[in-house]
Amino acid sequence: MLTLAILSPLLGALILAFATGLHERGARMLAVAVSAVPLVLLVAVWIGFDAGPGAPQFQAVAEVPWVPSLDVAWRVGVDGMSLALALMSALLFLGSIAWPAETRGRPRAYYAWFLFLEGVSLGLFLVLDLLLFYVFFDLSLVGMYFLIGRWGHGEAERAALKFFIYTLAGSLAFLLAILGLVLASPQGLTFDMRVLIDMQPLTGTGLYASLVLLGFLVGFAIKTPLFPFHTWLPSAHVDAPGPASAILAGVLLKMGTYGMVRIPFSMMTETFAAYALPLGIVAVISILWGAIVAFGQGNLKRRIAYTSVNHMGYTVLGIAAAGALVSGEAAARELALTGAVVEMIAHGLITGALFLIAGAFWQRGETYDLDAYGGLAATAPRLTGATVLAAFASLGLPGLAGFVAEFQIFAGTFAIYPWLAGIGLIGILITAALFLTMLQQLFFGPLPPRWSKLPDLGRTEGAVLAVLLVLVVVIGVYPAWLLTVIDSASAVIVGAG
Amino acid sequence: MPVGDILPEIVLILTAVAVLLTASFTPHRLQWIGAVLALAGLAVAGALTAGQIGAHRLTFSGTWALDGASIYARLMILAATAFCVVLTPRWLATDKRHGEYYAILLFSALGALVLAAAADLLELVMGVLLSSVTGYTLAAWHRDWGLSVEAGMKYFLVGALANVILLIGVALMTGMLGGFGFADLAPALAAPGAASPLLLLGVALVVIGLSFKLGAVPAHAWMPDVAEGAPAPAAAFLTVVPKIGAAIALARLVSLVPPDALAIRPVVAVLSVATMTLGNLAALWQDDVRRLIGWSSVSQSGYALMAVVVVSFSGDALSALLAFLTAYAVGNLAAFAVVTHLRGRTDRADYAGLARTRPLAAAVLILAFLSLVGIPPLVGFFGKLVLFVATIDGGYAWLAAVAVANTVASLFYYLRVVGPMVFEGDDARRPAVLGRWTAGAVLAGGVLTIALGLAAEPGLAAFGAARLLP
Repeated sequence: MLTLAILSPLLGALILAFATGLHERGARMLAVAVSAVPLVLLVAVWIGFDAGPGAPQFQAVAEVPWVPSLDVAWRVGVDGMSLALALMSALLFLGSIAWPAETRGRPRAYYAWFLFLEGVSLGLFLVLDLLLFYVFFDLSLVGMYFLIGRWGHGEAERAALKFFIYTLAGSLAFLLAILGLVLASPQGLTFDMRVLIDMQPLTGTGLYASLVLLGFLVGFAIKTPLFPFHTWLPSAHVDAPGPASAILAGVLLKMGTYGMVRIPFSMMTETFAAYALPLGIVAVISILWGAIVAFGQGNLKRRIAYTSVNHMGYTVLGIAAAGALVSGEAAARELALTGAVVEMIAHGLITGALFLIAGAFWQRGETYDLDAYGGLAATAPRLTGATVLAAFASLGLPGLAGFVAEFQIFAGTFAIYPWLAGIGLIGILITAALFLTMLQQLFFGPLPPRWSKLPDLGRTEGAVLAVLLVLVVVIGVYPAWLLTVIDSASAVIVGAG
Repeated sequence: MPVGDILPEIVLILTAVAVLLTASFTPHRLQWIGAVLALAGLAVAGALTAGQIGAHRLTFSGTWALDGASIYARLMILAATAFCVVLTPRWLATDKRHGEYYAILLFSALGALVLAAAADLLELVMGVLLSSVTGYTLAAWHRDWGLSVEAGMKYFLVGALANVILLIGVALMTGMLGGFGFADLAPALAAPGAASPLLLLGVALVVIGLSFKLGAVPAHAWMPDVAEGAPAPAAAFLTVVPKIGAAIALARLVSLVPPDALAIRPVVAVLSVATMTLGNLAALWQDDVRRLIGWSSVSQSGYALMAVVVVSFSGDALSALLAFLTAYAVGNLAAFAVVTHLRGRTDRADYAGLARTRPLAAAVLILAFLSLVGIPPLVGFFGKLVLFVATIDGGYAWLAAVAVANTVASLFYYLRVVGPMVFEGDDARRPAVLGRWTAGAVLAGGVLTIALGLAAEPGLAAFGAARLLP
């Protein structure tokens, strides 16, 4: 089932690449249809998922040998965390593919790269093999490189190059760490995540273990991105086409935080715990840095991009708090981890929506300059409504998804690192200010005459945003259905330490 | 005399002679028959070599090694040579000496085969010389074209110097150890009191002499010139085939030296770092695609040397070397196949828009480059993966870290070619191509790049069983 969810978009990409007869409309229909397949399959897995106590950690498992001499195999399976992330990714991909796009005369290639990226992104969340994880980690870079370079605007080629090189550096640091980890295993080479989690090949804070952990953390920090490794993010976002930005923020950034939980957190718990505090400090710096720098941006997309640094900082803060082996605080750690995972989901939906909206602004006005807009509330009410809702969700208004996540993260962190949580809260204040001023500049005040005919959201755009934002509201108002599933995973992950 | 043990090599010599005779007696338009003959000879030699799989012995009085390393390396050499033969006929169709080319090519391949199997210092020298002398000819084949002559000349000058250094090293080693055969050298090297600065110098000089064939620092300077100036099919051959032989010869030589007797491994490690770094830095702003591939082959030699460094420390080192050489050969040959198919076009700007005008060639070039970087699941990824595993396992984690940094840098210059190919040149015209032979080679290169990655298991399993003699 999971295998099919990974392979169907890849197959779709292959078909699109060779189906020379297909034109804009046909390619688009095909891509939307194909990208709906994994969503359906994952919903089916979700329905069958057993989140009760005593259920196996990984479900829907399948295994096919690939390179036995290195003990690499096609191993797929999900726990509550990866299932929730994969489902969110599948939904966001469907939305981004359906989003009306400027394909510049190359519709087949555009949709093929999107489907390719969907396949590898889902693959990353669904595999249980460390090497396959790396394979998908790297392939996601290739897909995004071509999407940004070919369909971006401004200095797209440069931005794509910077993105690829920067993140490849991260992924190679990660590769060295993987090799360091598997070579330390006493039972010979294996890349099976389940075995490595049980085995805990590296413990303590010796030089070797510390270096391996550093490799993992640097690799993931570049991808997440955490301060000071975030500098590739704004340029990649600003020059990428809207839907690609949504995927970059909504799905690709999650690979870093998901990897952090799945690999160093779970496979070298003791070492991770020893370095949880420095990680938490870096997270808080990212929270504040992201928020403050975002506040200073006059470019719509840059501003949203920096809030990603801020929001991923919350996630990492939650992960760091959950990883600290403070005795007797298991409940708080579990809460922090659940919050971190919910933050990933919420950020994916909210920021995905925000970047799609930014794409809509570009398609209408060919500029991201906040000062160029104003007073749009009257001419484009639907656009205004969607943006206001997404912005409020992003700044953590109660009743919306962001609040659920941030509340749990901070509640959990207060028990572990009270002062870190206290400083981190300042970030929320700044975020509130920056989103409110953004809304003010875009939609209120005098309407510049050139925008008096600005078209409102179209039918497809409206539908995509509606689905994403309805989910944001549903998670905000009634999060229990999501929390039970995620909790089932974080209880095991935290309890394993 | 166990003539059967060198039957593949004998077949190759006979084929070369037959090609030469055919070339003398066929009209110019039928000279391509030489290519067919060469392919047939290579196929027979390949089948005979494949029959040797599993053998593990020294033969011909200890001068010739039949072990996993030599057998797989020779198979690789034969396959790579066959690939280069396929690239040639249309390229040389107007050349008056078309037919002879295949004879020289086969002799050059023979030199590489000798290198891969040599278990004797003099045998080694013979292999280097045979491979070099024919190599100069191949590089300067277009004798009316300045760049080609320049490439041949540089190749020759660097080679002459390197060969002399090799001979001095061999003389020193023999003088200090009292023998030529590796089977005698190994115990002599391990004997207490054998180590001396002079002996270290001797071994180091042999290493440097071999680094010429490998295209590694300090004798690498010919590589970019040959890549640019030699006929494109010959450039493909010269950047790949001698390198396979030389890498195995180096591994065999280094494995003779006990780790605590002579500090030869640090020397190789330094050469490795210098080679990969220099190759990458020189390629960084290169605007000539063929020179760029040449410099990238220099840096790839540096990675290959990593496996040589840990050859006695990690049980996986030899299989890593073989896997990496396979991956490198596939990637580099695929890249040169594209260049040849596009009639040798070499200016980076001329590649703009290729993804639209020649999608197949562009796709294969992108695959080849990404494979050389080591992007999964292409064959290059597995080459680098097992290489890093062996290097870290052998206690040279810092070397792996340097290689990683270099890999990141290398992505930059590959993307400087890929970027314009895909993102620019909306008004580019469709470039002329060479023909069906090269189109087939391009396709085969692309398929191999993917297929050998997805089906890496048989290769890795076979290489894992390979051992080095003595």
